[in-house]
Amino acid sequence: MTKIFDIAVIGGGLAGCSTALHARIKGASVVLLERGRCGTQASGVNYGGVRQQGRHSAELPLARRSRSIWSNLETLIGSDCEFTVTGHVKLARNDADMAELAVHRTVLRDHGIHAELLGASDIRRRFPYIGPGYAGASLCAEDGHANPRLVAPGFARAARALGADIREQSQVEAIHVLGDIFSVTLANDPAPVKARQLVNTAGAWGASIAALFGDCVNEAVMAPNMCVTEPIAPLIGPNLGVCGGGIYIRQTAHGSVIFGSGLGTADRDALSARPIADVTRDAAAAAIAMVPQLANVLLLRSWTGIEGRMDDGLPVVGPSPNTAGLFHAFGFSGHGFQLGPAVGAVLAELCIDGHSPTSLHGLSITRFNRAANTHV
Amino acid sequence: MSAQDPIVVIGAGPAGMNAAKVLVAAGVKPVVIDEAREAGGQIFRRPQFELSRDDKALYGFDARRARQFRSDFAALQPAIDYRPETVVWSAEQSKLYLLRHGQPDVQRWSRLIIATGAMDRIVPTKGWTAPGVFSLGGAQIALKAEASLIGRRVVFVGTGPLLYLVAYQYAKAGAKVGAVLETGRPFADLSLLPDLMAGRSVFARGLYYLGWLRMHGVAVRTDVAPLAVTLDDSGNVKGLSYLFKDKTFEASCDALAIGYGLKAETQTADLLGLDFHFDAQQRQWLPTTDADGRSSRANVYLAGDGLAIRGSEIAAESGRLAASALLKDAGHRCKTDSVRHRRAIDMSARFRKALDTLFPYPSQIAAGIADETIVCRCEGLTAGTVRQAVHASGEGDINRIKAFCRVGMGRCQGRLCGPATAELIAASAGIDIAAVGRLRGQAPIKPVALGTLTNGPT
Repeated sequence: MTKIFDIAVIGGGLAGCSTALHARIKGASVVLLERGRCGTQASGVNYGGVRQQGRHSAELPLARRSRSIWSNLETLIGSDCEFTVTGHVKLARNDADMAELAVHRTVLRDHGIHAELLGASDIRRRFPYIGPGYAGASLCAEDGHANPRLVAPGFARAARALGADIREQSQVEAIHVLGDIFSVTLANDPAPVKARQLVNTAGAWGASIAALFGDCVNEAVMAPNMCVTEPIAPLIGPNLGVCGGGIYIRQTAHGSVIFGSGLGTADRDALSARPIADVTRDAAAAAIAMVPQLANVLLLRSWTGIEGRMDDGLPVVGPSPNTAGLFHAFGFSGHGFQLGPAVGAVLAELCIDGHSPTSLHGLSITRFNRAANTHV
Repeated sequence: MSAQDPIVVIGAGPAGMNAAKVLVAAGVKPVVIDEAREAGGQIFRRPQFELSRDDKALYGFDARRARQFRSDFAALQPAIDYRPETVVWSAEQSKLYLLRHGQPDVQRWSRLIIATGAMDRIVPTKGWTAPGVFSLGGAQIALKAEASLIGRRVVFVGTGPLLYLVAYQYAKAGAKVGAVLETGRPFADLSLLPDLMAGRSVFARGLYYLGWLRMHGVAVRTDVAPLAVTLDDSGNVKGLSYLFKDKTFEASCDALAIGYGLKAETQTADLLGLDFHFDAQQRQWLPTTDADGRSSRANVYLAGDGLAIRGSEIAAESGRLAASALLKDAGHRCKTDSVRHRRAIDMSARFRKALDTLFPYPSQIAAGIADETIVCRCEGLTAGTVRQAVHASGEGDINRIKAFCRVGMGRCQGRLCGPATAELIAASAGIDIAAVGRLRGQAPIKPVALGTLTNGPT
């Protein structure tokens, strides 16, 4: 008789790997199905920002929860994944931006997150390498950054060490619901995988999995255009961003400066994504405007990865409205890295306890309210 | 793509220039982009004017071909749009991103011939990052372009015909050649002699260099295993210790040249998303083409050592073939005799295969690099770090190991450390070298300052 898992997770990004780990910690039997290798798409190739500020209020409970997991990574998965608390500085281009940051500060405070508002002279004094022309900034001291290449594989390894069945190179072909059991057919294995509950953390492919169950939402694809320089002496302290999006810059402990701005191209079906040279040039110009000393630093590489984007820029996290035992977490719209650890913890709670102390209000798939197709 | 966009050739070595010549003969005016100051590629690299030496001293047996190349190029230059000292930093459909004298530029293309040549393949030996250690190609550039020697007493270690040629060129230029240390056993297997004879003059020249070196008292040892670069008190190279017939020797020198054959420069092909295959004979990933150099992508062609390591004479033939294929595909009439060029390449294949067999990349030496030896010099990573990343992750894909431990992430983008790293990973993970995969190419092809990228008009 084939084994019936408590939980099957589809997608080995950070959210999926964290789900597998947290579900094992809570004692459930788990199988994770990943088409390629864990953490190779958006989870592994993103910028690496670990930031709470600048998020929509619907994401803040998850961000807050995640932040506590980030400080505990070493204990949880045996590596801190280079998580460094450098602070995050969100620069204001003008007074209107400053007013927005002031409002946002009160929203953060309601979630127990402290941010400090800085004036132009504070920026000059505390961050003298930042270019001219900013009206001020908001500094969230407990934000920082980490190495995305290490995190999802780290969660996967820890989950596997606790007995999770992590199956890489396992492409899902079809999913059937047989009574209260999900039966997942794989491309490379004649035996279907069976589980009582199903978690859809399939990233840019999440909506297509959801659609199998009549949970139909529009999920676009995006490929953030990322760049990294040669290592230089410590220059930039905090993780830097600017109101209205645009350029974001951080320096790793190793010395490399990582920055991004704009989008490369992505082909979701061909699983291919690549940066665009014109976008890289524009990003270089924006990076120099924010940190002028970068003009003389060598660009070493550019890259991108495939990420799903929802119409409102917020992820889908929560139970399926149509199918009992099915949970979704996808479409993180370019800012899921920080959230990933908590998303896994919350999904494990939803699957095993039936509820979570962390609010997912505003993230349900039902907010798009599109006509559902027929049930599988 | 627009039909008005030009045909572009990248590289002005034997492959690129012969491709350009065929295009010009058909009435096409190609754009020819080249990194070097003057056409010729690595083989016909020329000294700066004030350093000029006579061709015989510079090129030996290739002097006549060098002169021919120059006169051909002089005749060709008015008929092409020639862009020397121009670096391609990224390649996309219909666009090449260039840097020339610190100014960025974009060159559109309708059809593209990639003839980017090859570079040295290295096996790191303990101490190889010390001052006084050069790649074999670097040693040759010093001699040809700068009329200088890397040292007064030079030891050559590695494998391949180029080792003997450069040693000979150094001896002729007045250096004392301390030793030529070959990791292969090229003279042990006489069964390949008939195949080598197929190389005719190329083979005869090789024998001449070898004979000349031996006659002039240069120690030429084969089947050696390098152990460590030995250093003097100030950290400069003073010798190479190596294993020969189970005994340890030291060859003293003040400069060391290392070269284990060549590696195709494939970054442009990679950025364009061309298909690659693993060539077990040359033990490297090469772009996949048909017999005439058509790549997996329409309107993109390859020629020369950037397609497969086959030497300068085949590079010239393959350049002509790629240009003929392009002309045919574009609906031009082409008088080139493709059948003859294909036959010339086929004829040489036997010789080339024999060379690849006799001078293999010493994969076992690379796989056995001592844990404390630096493999990735840009990132300062040792062989032990790479092995540890393999063991800790349980993975064997080179891009994954790169992600975990940074190997190949430095300024050279893995061009120097890639081959040895792949061998290390394969051996540590217990998998076939082909399963290790290849390091993904990422723009910029070579490092470029952010300020340079954003110079000038967009």
